[in-house]
Amino acid sequence: MARTAGRLAGVLHRHPRLRLTLLLTAPLLWLAVLYLGSLTVLFVSAFWTTDSFTSQVVKVWSTDNFHALLTTPVYRQVVVRSVAVALAVTALCAVIAFPLAFYTARVAKPRWRPLLVVAILTPLWASYLVKVYAWRLILSEGGLADWMLGPFGTGGPGFGLPATVLTLTYLWLPYMVLPIHTALAQLPSGLLDASADLGARSWRTFRSVVLPLVLPSVAAGSIFTFSLSLGDYITVQIVGGKTQLIGNLVYANIELNLPMAAALGTVPVVVIVLYLLLMRRTGALSSL
Amino acid sequence: MRLTRTLKAAAAAAVLVAAAACGSSDSGNGSSSGGLNPPDLKQPSELGKTEGRVNLIAWAGYVEDGSNDPKVNWVSDFEKQTGCQVSSKVAASSDEMVKLMKTGEYDAVSASGDASLRLIASGDAAPVNTDLVPNYKDVFAGLKNGSWNSVDGQMYGIPHGRGANLLMYNTDKVRPAPTSWAAVFDDAPKHKGHVTAYDSPIYIADAALYLKATRPELKIKDPYALDQKQFDAAVDLLKKQNASIGEYWSDYLKEVSAFKSGDSVVGTTWQVIASLAADEGAKVKAFVPKEGSTGWSDTWMVSSKAKHPNCAYKWLDWIVSPKVNAQVAEYFGEAPANSKACALTSDKNFCTTYHASDEDYWKRIAFWNTPIEQCLDGRTDVKCVPYAKWVQAWTEIKG
Repeated sequence: MARTAGRLAGVLHRHPRLRLTLLLTAPLLWLAVLYLGSLTVLFVSAFWTTDSFTSQVVKVWSTDNFHALLTTPVYRQVVVRSVAVALAVTALCAVIAFPLAFYTARVAKPRWRPLLVVAILTPLWASYLVKVYAWRLILSEGGLADWMLGPFGTGGPGFGLPATVLTLTYLWLPYMVLPIHTALAQLPSGLLDASADLGARSWRTFRSVVLPLVLPSVAAGSIFTFSLSLGDYITVQIVGGKTQLIGNLVYANIELNLPMAAALGTVPVVVIVLYLLLMRRTGALSSL
Repeated sequence: MRLTRTLKAAAAAAVLVAAAACGSSDSGNGSSSGGLNPPDLKQPSELGKTEGRVNLIAWAGYVEDGSNDPKVNWVSDFEKQTGCQVSSKVAASSDEMVKLMKTGEYDAVSASGDASLRLIASGDAAPVNTDLVPNYKDVFAGLKNGSWNSVDGQMYGIPHGRGANLLMYNTDKVRPAPTSWAAVFDDAPKHKGHVTAYDSPIYIADAALYLKATRPELKIKDPYALDQKQFDAAVDLLKKQNASIGEYWSDYLKEVSAFKSGDSVVGTTWQVIASLAADEGAKVKAFVPKEGSTGWSDTWMVSSKAKHPNCAYKWLDWIVSPKVNAQVAEYFGEAPANSKACALTSDKNFCTTYHASDEDYWKRIAFWNTPIEQCLDGRTDVKCVPYAKWVQAWTEIKG
């Protein structure tokens, strides 16, 4: 037994390629079959059609679904709305996360910093649905938002697109704070001192030293917030009023018209790939 | 750079898999059929020995074995008496029911009217010999031989229960009290942002029902048989309504909370939602407006590919037996199908609240049906708009 094991180890030692093959087969199969395979199935089924009465998938090649996707005004409208929501959530997250991360990484006393990071992460401990329903209560008629904004002469935003953006921003904020916090914490203080020695005021230092160094991390965080927002269809059902996003259209078609749902499903895929290509230029992917 | 590329691929793949998961399932090979010429299937003439198990597809709350609430259990006694072990699958929508029935793994389904015709036409549901279901004789006459559960006098299932889509309003905010569906259509702008409607393509029939009364020149006879012109009129009405809608509801608890908080003040509802909201302190009333209303009636159907048909028939008889039918109707909040069930409900007023035996009430209800190309109202000179188009239009209405 020990001899066989020893011989096997010897063989593996002498053949590095064999070693590599054995190591990589399982994960690569997983990637190819599960990830890329299901993507291919998604893409291929988008070219099928359905029987209008029985909703059976008919495996006849046709580009009707993509034609409908590009020519139907409502689909274009929903796609634009979904991308706008994802961008708005990303921008809001970045604006809120930056000062927050600056405080936790550089201003707060060092022994408090880990605790503050934990505090930022606590929302992630609660269930997604609980958090969204909590926002439904906050935003509902006569809820917390109405009560707080009442003295200023306005009500809360009610259910709708603004409520969706607000709730998604709350949900995904930690994913933006963390990478920025890390980048700011790793910022060598020598650079800041040097900048001050050369006569730069704080705003100048921020613009010319801090921001360029931290920007890739903001972009990295934005990949999370953007993709998570683009794929979400539950939040919008709970606080979005009558708003439809791309996920809702996929969901509405999934039972009756699977090929159309698949065609709609390729839209976020394409958008995310474009977004990733864009973000790669900022160096975000190496600071993930 | 190499690392970047790998990461990029991994990140892309991770993001995409969510989308792919939605789209990668597949259904069996297509058996298409148009119109209502159901395949010639034989109904059984007698029952054989029970097979020891039965697989059901049902709405949530229809097949309760005590696992959700120990006090709500009508499955265990069935299993004891018949020796048929029940396994049930809860379906979230009519479309899912149709899809599951096509797998052939299930023996019976509690299909609503917007699914039943599809099941009959595609040959997935078999004709049912009502003589083999002793409790069928006590089912209300209004539920027998409906256009949604029978073809040419041949029943394709056993009625389970029924309910109407009501107009509910907040008695504080909506004054004077509405009498007509106009409250959610022509008068909807009065409550802009606080009107609600049922989130399903079948809701287009509600608009058609209103047009049937208010625009006679459209000549709508049956809200589920709309030619292109009638259909467009209904869709236009709903697009106008959309401007006043606060939110659409499909989850009944969401509607209860919206009426409690005042986010919704007027819109369609079910009796069970109205009762729940009133119990929780909302100032609401629900009624059938003067134009009548749409409604639903569920039917237990047997699969043509059933592996356990005898147990399935036993289940059909069990679920409409007076005691069990009373239990399930009260638990779910609908009018029972069995006329003897009313004497056995725990709330003695239950059947009055739900108008169980009030046939005049039900005459004003147009039960959900599946819109198909052949007009259900018997017209042959035009083609009607099939359900698939209703689904598309619903997406456009919501915008």
